[in-house]
Amino acid sequence: MSTEAHADRISDVSKKFGITPEDYMLPARHMINLLNPDGTLRPEDQQGTEPGHEYPLPSPARLLEAYAALVTGRRVNDQNSALVRQGRMAVYPSSHGQEACQIAAALCLGENDWLFPTYRDTVAVLTKGVAPMEVMTSFRGEWHCGYDPKAYNCAPMSTPLTTQLLHAVGVAHAAKLRGEDTVVVAMCGDGATSEGDFHEALNFAAVFNLPVIFFVQNNKYAISVPLSQQSAAPSLAHKAVGYGMAGERVDGNDLMALMAIMTRAVRMAREGNGPLLIEAHTYRMQAHTNADDDKRYREDSEVQEWIAKDPVTRMKAYLDDAGLLTDSTVAKITADAESVAKTLRDGMNQEANTDPRELFEHVYSAKTPQLAEQQAMLVDELDREEA
Amino acid sequence: MTATTSRLNPNVSAATARAAAKAANEHQPVTFGKALNTALADSLVADNSVVIFGEDVGTLGGVFRITDGLTARFGSERCFDTPLAESGIVGMAVGMAINGMRPVIEMQFDAFAYPAFEQIASHVAKMRNRTQGKLNLPMVIRIPYAGGVGGVEHHCDSSEAYYAHTPGLKVFTPSCVEDAYLMLREAIDSDDPVVFFEPKKLYWSKEQVDLAQLAEQYEAKKSARTEGQARIARPGSDATLITYGPSVSTALEAAKLAAEEGISLEVLDIRSIVPFDDETVCASVRKTGRAIVVAEAQGFASVASEIVARVQERCFHSLAAPVLRVTGFDIPYPAPTLEKFHLPSAERILDAVDQLQWEA
Repeated sequence: MSTEAHADRISDVSKKFGITPEDYMLPARHMINLLNPDGTLRPEDQQGTEPGHEYPLPSPARLLEAYAALVTGRRVNDQNSALVRQGRMAVYPSSHGQEACQIAAALCLGENDWLFPTYRDTVAVLTKGVAPMEVMTSFRGEWHCGYDPKAYNCAPMSTPLTTQLLHAVGVAHAAKLRGEDTVVVAMCGDGATSEGDFHEALNFAAVFNLPVIFFVQNNKYAISVPLSQQSAAPSLAHKAVGYGMAGERVDGNDLMALMAIMTRAVRMAREGNGPLLIEAHTYRMQAHTNADDDKRYREDSEVQEWIAKDPVTRMKAYLDDAGLLTDSTVAKITADAESVAKTLRDGMNQEANTDPRELFEHVYSAKTPQLAEQQAMLVDELDREEA
Repeated sequence: MTATTSRLNPNVSAATARAAAKAANEHQPVTFGKALNTALADSLVADNSVVIFGEDVGTLGGVFRITDGLTARFGSERCFDTPLAESGIVGMAVGMAINGMRPVIEMQFDAFAYPAFEQIASHVAKMRNRTQGKLNLPMVIRIPYAGGVGGVEHHCDSSEAYYAHTPGLKVFTPSCVEDAYLMLREAIDSDDPVVFFEPKKLYWSKEQVDLAQLAEQYEAKKSARTEGQARIARPGSDATLITYGPSVSTALEAAKLAAEEGISLEVLDIRSIVPFDDETVCASVRKTGRAIVVAEAQGFASVASEIVARVQERCFHSLAAPVLRVTGFDIPYPAPTLEKFHLPSAERILDAVDQLQWEA
């Protein structure tokens, strides 16, 4: 693509909205926010929307589906934290407080679309359809990711930061070359935007005009380091303009706004308008993992402030007021969440299958003579122990 | 998924291309670089999922011209330039390989590949393992490497040990024109990721090789496999020179000089560092009873060290002398005017041969 072609592409999209290319690429002046923390719908002139940055409200059925996933997500976070305390799981990076982001990222995708999650995105992976015990496999200390990424179009959760954003770009590129309309959502956090691969991934996606949505959960901390020490940009969404793509900011605890934004983003990407950068403002309510002590770097009063902005109570209040949560609906949503929690409890109480003989499998498509030799040595050792 | 028109169908038939290549090559010696170029072209014809990308590999044809003419012949969907970012190139290749392609990517120079090291060590090497074999990454990372061309700093590293040390990667390095063709085709067809080291001083070396015939043999599966197979580059009986890549020609030169003094040296070209061919190496050393490992890379914690360890573990009772190494010094790669003092030379190899306790 020539430099002119890139400019023309952005210009064409902005014309559809009747705004300038600059106004299209820059995030709206205010963060997009549809629901107040108490669950009331904000007046239209206070939603942060402006020409070209308008987001149709999701249907009641869609909101109920998202809310059900949200309740399950919260239940899973709390169940897993409990399992870690009971010693049944090795480690769990909880996304408590960020569940609305997780749900919207996965739920907006079609079956053939791909999700590229991080280690804190278990709830998104679950929402993409991966079986609960498969999602948590690596956190119980097994050697593999637990699921078949191709069966769910969901990549293994990435521990090295933002490296998976480039894989997302590659999946989208391959699909585009074959004439398929696959959309890819690539997730990362605020701290990760400092990594070099964040820059390379956004740049590659824009240069090749690929349908990748970069979804940043700005939860305010990279373990202990606050956002102010990661970036001096006006917002993370503003970084988009430097790559020639559009950026937007959204209240990451407002499930309705997230669903509205991500639905439009996926549609725009699928229509060939190139990549997008979405920054969701949220908060990591718990420590980085069970091994972290967040009292060393943040005040409890700050955490308390965010309780009032909780995504689950906010969405519930809206649906209650709208008369969408009947007793039977609530009962079903609760029962479904409990069922997933029970699956996790039962599964984690089984001993993990960790056969040391398997250590040599899948290093290569076929074992090298050297690995076969080393495996035989270990098998011999184990046999002598058993004898 | 709406499978519409694919952009990947080659518009050139394999037979036509081959006939043209045959006519052109009939009586012409072929360069190492041309053999690599032909292997890339033949792979693009043979498999629609092969894509080639990197810095300057499109219109320019690569700084060493290894991808010359491929964009013109196959289109910019099959061979294209990327932004100047090595981690991006490797990372995007990982995603393309996840989604059904066989990327062949070029790192412009050995030392320019280091920004991609995290992608290679954490993902390329481990994806198959951490997904229990569900995601394999059939990709080739081509790295022009080593010295002997008067290159300036950051252009002459022998970086093979970093990759050979990383489980999950295969590491190949050809040293002759025939192997340049066959080994690259094998690397591209491999279901495992291959780091493919091309000795840049050999790019312009010429041999009389019929590439069209080689292609036919390869595609009919009649050519011998090179993965995990060392090659006897020169048979001998008194001592074995174990070497690979750019050092093979130096070892052959030393063997020729030794022969004039009545010493018969066997030269083994390792070809496939990973997987390693213990069998051929040990058979040779058990036969000769003496061995020297020759490699350009600095010797400390090197592939050469590994080979010495393997040989003495397996062949101790056949050895008449300690296994020696002739390698680069443990220094940053020197300036062009000084590189001749750093690189293993035939003379330095012959000095090592003299130390193999012949009087005993």
